[in-house]
Amino acid sequence: MNSAVVNVVPRNNGANGARRKLAISVLRYNPQDPASVPHMQTYALEEADGMTLFIALNEIREKQDASLQFDFVCRAGICGSCAMVINGRPTLACRTLTKNLPAQITLAPLPYFELIGDLSVNTGKWMRGMSERLEGWLHMVDPDPDLRRIEQRMDPDLADKIYELDRCIECGCCVAGCGTARMREDFVGAVGLNRVARFRLDPRDARTDDDYYDLIGDDDGVFGCMSLLACHDVCPKQLPLATQIAFIRRKMVRAGLT
Amino acid sequence: MKIVYTDVLVIGGGLAGLRVGIGARRRGHEVTILSLVPPKRSHSAAAQGGMQASLANVIKGQGDNEDVHFEDTVRGSDWGADQQVVRMFVNTAPKAVRELAAWGVPWSRVRKGDRDVIINGQKVTITERDEAHGLVAQRDFGGTKKWRTCYVSDGTGHAMLQTMSDQAIGNAIPVHERVEAIALIHDAGRCYGAVVRDLVTGELKAYVAKATAITSGGAGRLYRVTTNAVICEGIGSALALETGIATLGNMEAVQFHPTAIFPAGILVTEGCRGDGGLLKDVDGHRFMPDYEPEKKELASRDVVSRRMEEHIAKGKAAKNRFGQHLWLDITLLGEKHIRHNLREVYEICQYFMGVDPTKDWIPVRPAQHYTMGGVRTNHTGQSPTLKGLFAAGEAACWDMHGFNRLGGNSVAETVVAGMIVGEYISDFCDKIENDIVIPTRIIHDFLRREQMQIDTLLDGPGTEDAVALRVAMQEIMTAKVGIFRRGEDLAAAVDELQVLLQRSRNIGVKYKSRGANPELVAAYRVRKMLKLALCVSYGALTRTESRGAHFRQDHPRRNDAEWLKRTLAAWKGEADTLPTLAYEALDVGAMELPPGWRGYGAKDYVDHPDTPQRAVVVAALKQKMADAPRFAVQEALMPYTSLLPERYRGRNERIDEPLEAAE
Repeated sequence: MNSAVVNVVPRNNGANGARRKLAISVLRYNPQDPASVPHMQTYALEEADGMTLFIALNEIREKQDASLQFDFVCRAGICGSCAMVINGRPTLACRTLTKNLPAQITLAPLPYFELIGDLSVNTGKWMRGMSERLEGWLHMVDPDPDLRRIEQRMDPDLADKIYELDRCIECGCCVAGCGTARMREDFVGAVGLNRVARFRLDPRDARTDDDYYDLIGDDDGVFGCMSLLACHDVCPKQLPLATQIAFIRRKMVRAGLT
Repeated sequence: MKIVYTDVLVIGGGLAGLRVGIGARRRGHEVTILSLVPPKRSHSAAAQGGMQASLANVIKGQGDNEDVHFEDTVRGSDWGADQQVVRMFVNTAPKAVRELAAWGVPWSRVRKGDRDVIINGQKVTITERDEAHGLVAQRDFGGTKKWRTCYVSDGTGHAMLQTMSDQAIGNAIPVHERVEAIALIHDAGRCYGAVVRDLVTGELKAYVAKATAITSGGAGRLYRVTTNAVICEGIGSALALETGIATLGNMEAVQFHPTAIFPAGILVTEGCRGDGGLLKDVDGHRFMPDYEPEKKELASRDVVSRRMEEHIAKGKAAKNRFGQHLWLDITLLGEKHIRHNLREVYEICQYFMGVDPTKDWIPVRPAQHYTMGGVRTNHTGQSPTLKGLFAAGEAACWDMHGFNRLGGNSVAETVVAGMIVGEYISDFCDKIENDIVIPTRIIHDFLRREQMQIDTLLDGPGTEDAVALRVAMQEIMTAKVGIFRRGEDLAAAVDELQVLLQRSRNIGVKYKSRGANPELVAAYRVRKMLKLALCVSYGALTRTESRGAHFRQDHPRRNDAEWLKRTLAAWKGEADTLPTLAYEALDVGAMELPPGWRGYGAKDYVDHPDTPQRAVVVAALKQKMADAPRFAVQEALMPYTSLLPERYRGRNERIDEPLEAAE
């Protein structure tokens, strides 16, 4: 687990041979167009040195098919826009090098989220809804601190631990890989449970376990998780989701029983 | 005709826009934020290294305060900044960090006791004070006298944006995602909102507002090689320009970041050098001390980028299959530090290049990074020419960066400007005389005009390819309007860009969808981007001096006598192919810090005629008030407190500067 680190032998690029011909098959569908039906479409292109799926998809759109929809923003693995299913696995497209994939590449939009078109899905709308439901903001103990004064102290290790959970980029991979999400439309997903774990850890948040129990103490929350833990395997930021979900479940059981 | 009404319309959902929105919401105004993407995906998230604020918690920051931050920022700007705005900024930055600390940002904290750090290539042990334990920590950055950059590992922008966006949700502020403002609605010198296109359905709506704020970030994508996200196309600034009434300030001031990975252009943070990383050449030689003995790798970004290109021109570059580059060596920082404090850098190197920065050097070369120029505003964030239009953050020129921004001052500016402009925009909306009265006819005219333009792109006789025009523009900008600029190249760039602009009036979009259509988006955006590119290149051609990031090989000296002034670009007529430039002089007689040498870079400059006189006055006043508190001296030199919203006035407490004693 947490071994998603790239560790692949480079194939046939550079000095010694012809460049590979890639065949990129994309699951196409535009819900905005009544005439559109879901289908696979394959694009052929020549691999270039250092080619990522960001580069490849833009090349396809600029040279072959202006109608192809996908989302990239930072193209540096930081913003979480470009998650898609690449050869069966949800991950970030921008930092996926084609040389680490076979010449046949199959791309599909993240399942579960509302489809905008082709590879573009509405993770933003879902994440906002999840955040509203879980009240995913710090509930300040002191909502109007005197900003002229020295800030409250925090243990350096605790600050690091909170940041560790704050590294989530809301890309949606964990939800796309989730078995529970397939069955329960309103499941908050690992992303949601991780948010709760993050605020629970933060002494600046006024909420108690009883408050969190009200938010996630049911089958759409932490008790819906079946511990299949694909979320943990596919998380592009290698967040410790398995540990966090187990920990939160234990705390919520206790909160529910007392 | 669909019209959405809101009190405050915010165009851009990054740090600046969210903070303006939260400020206005807390003051009781209805706020609507427009964003091209879900707000947490905004380019603010890409700021890695940190945010400058003179908290002076770490031992290497001891003695830091607003005065030191002020001087660093003004020197960094090469005296192009508005010094009163810099004062407002440096006094509010500590409050911004503290506010974000209260809102949930997990700032990295000081740990008391000994720790090993790398300074100037040497391992040094420093001892943090007991009384600083648990307070927000600072790291070193370029162009600063003290360690001042507050940080969250190297995901500072990400963590700030998470918290800010969370608080916007907590304040129930609606963010309309995947929509794009394509024109400002205005009449008789008053801005009334914007025409907005839904990027999924293609539908146009009018958003009508008492006040409109442009917070859409920079214009890095005018260039082929940039660290900026693909959405940083400067469209917000272009909307203001296209009114013909609002102006853009200092668009020729474009920053190139020294350490973009080569060739992808992805940023690795200045924190690499701040934490002790070194720049090396093909021979493994650390070359920066040869050029900049004082600040070495940590001179300001404009200076380091130029020195790197100068060194490459001397034949000292390393080469890989993509071309020439230099090396960034952070191996000396040790694996623990890199994997803990520079983990985004670690991930980027690993995923994009297969390089392990704990063992290998990182190939880097300067790339476009930051737009110092933007919508010209006064200190309240409002356009002096178009009432009701505000701007904040990278999209604005209010003007705290002048001709070069210091690392760590950009995310700091987004939040500080958001706080200040959020108050002033609320004051504006509070006033009954600023209620709007607008005939629906005017709104309809703007909607119809924009719809016709889109219809013409889709159904008209045009034959030009929008993407090809964009690529041509980006090549011209990178080749001829880059780090080193020459009159003849700039003149050629201006000519070529004018031709592209004319061709862009004849674009035909081949993919005909009225809904999601990236080619259509490229088409209407490239027209706007070409206008911005012409503001940059024509402004650079006209400015026959070197200042900050604007470096003219044919005019290598800073010339305060002729050029201590801000460029204002206006686009007067839709048929024009060039902006109309005007200049706004900076008043040396009012400066707290009269122009001089920056402390790094060239020592050679031409004085403004008023500089010697002002220098004498400032020196005499400082001598006379030698025993007075620093606040009194500052107040005597250049009063500014009345310019701040009341909510954010007041001094900043530090370990060595208790509030009671300071007051």
